[in-house]
Amino acid sequence: MADEALFLLLHNEMVSGVYKSAEQGEVENGRCITKLENMGFRVGQGLIERFTKDTARFKDELDIMKFICKDFWTTVFKKQIDNLRTNHQGIYVLQDNKFRLLTQMSAGKQYLEHASKYLAFTCGLIRGGLSNLGIKSIVTAEVSSMPACKFQLMR
Amino acid sequence: MSRPAHRRPAYHKINKDLFVLTYGALVAQLCKDYEKDEDVNQYLDKMGYGIGTRLVEDFLARSCVGRCHSYSEITDIIAQVAFKMYLGITPSVTCNNSSRNEFSLILDKNPLVEFVEELPAGRSSLCYCNLLCGIIRGALEMVHLAADVTFLQDRLRGDSVTEIGITFLKKREEKKYRRKK
Repeated sequence: MADEALFLLLHNEMVSGVYKSAEQGEVENGRCITKLENMGFRVGQGLIERFTKDTARFKDELDIMKFICKDFWTTVFKKQIDNLRTNHQGIYVLQDNKFRLLTQMSAGKQYLEHASKYLAFTCGLIRGGLSNLGIKSIVTAEVSSMPACKFQLMR
Repeated sequence: MSRPAHRRPAYHKINKDLFVLTYGALVAQLCKDYEKDEDVNQYLDKMGYGIGTRLVEDFLARSCVGRCHSYSEITDIIAQVAFKMYLGITPSVTCNNSSRNEFSLILDKNPLVEFVEELPAGRSSLCYCNLLCGIIRGALEMVHLAADVTFLQDRLRGDSVTEIGITFLKKREEKKYRRKK
């Protein structure tokens, strides 16, 4: 099923819709990222429930992070996280060198200032998935050069 | 008790869930933002229009359908190829009038409402799947066909089936363009 295109387009429309209603003064600018993140949170919760229905119990936090980087990311974005770093004290950095939602946008520094809008939903997705696996966290994202991006997770 | 070690879940099903859940979260957010059902419906239709104008390119690239010669052919392609490709269902097509420009797609299975039990209280005229109407309308407009697409019946609102009505607006030009040999 060619639903990758469908999800990509829906996601882009959501971002532009949220920001358009912000322009019309209905909502402050800072709220837009929060709205997108909250939507991602709810989706992440639901998704992880369906996904881990039949998987074995996770041994520890690192196991959960590896699951997110490998299986979860592969299912949602058709590839694995390229690099996972941690300081073993609750901070994880997930690096994706070719983030699926940004590849169509640019391949360098163009549109860098808009990248954060398109990452908010995914931050929420990760946060929601982890929350239903029992990990409360704060997820932020940064982009230095499209389409590579880093998701920073803080417990 | 032995359990198959880490059975791989069906990936394409999870992918479909991603879209369905995202759509649900979107509608829930819209219901929070807008009080009137018409506003939500209109917003969904506009969003669908934006998606449809882009989706049609993806569709044409993937499906390689040939040129259509009649409205009923177009509606058949929408039902049997496009819906199958993106949502995995094949709605049935009926023609509603003798001038053959009004058609209905009857969906007996709608994957978008898989996780919806019922419409929230006070939202009885919400067209939950209005995005689909916008998508079809946008896609048709990109191939130079103006159409009116609405939900004629909706299972979530108490009707027996879910029916999307497509009304093609302008008459197609009679002159056929000859391809240069």
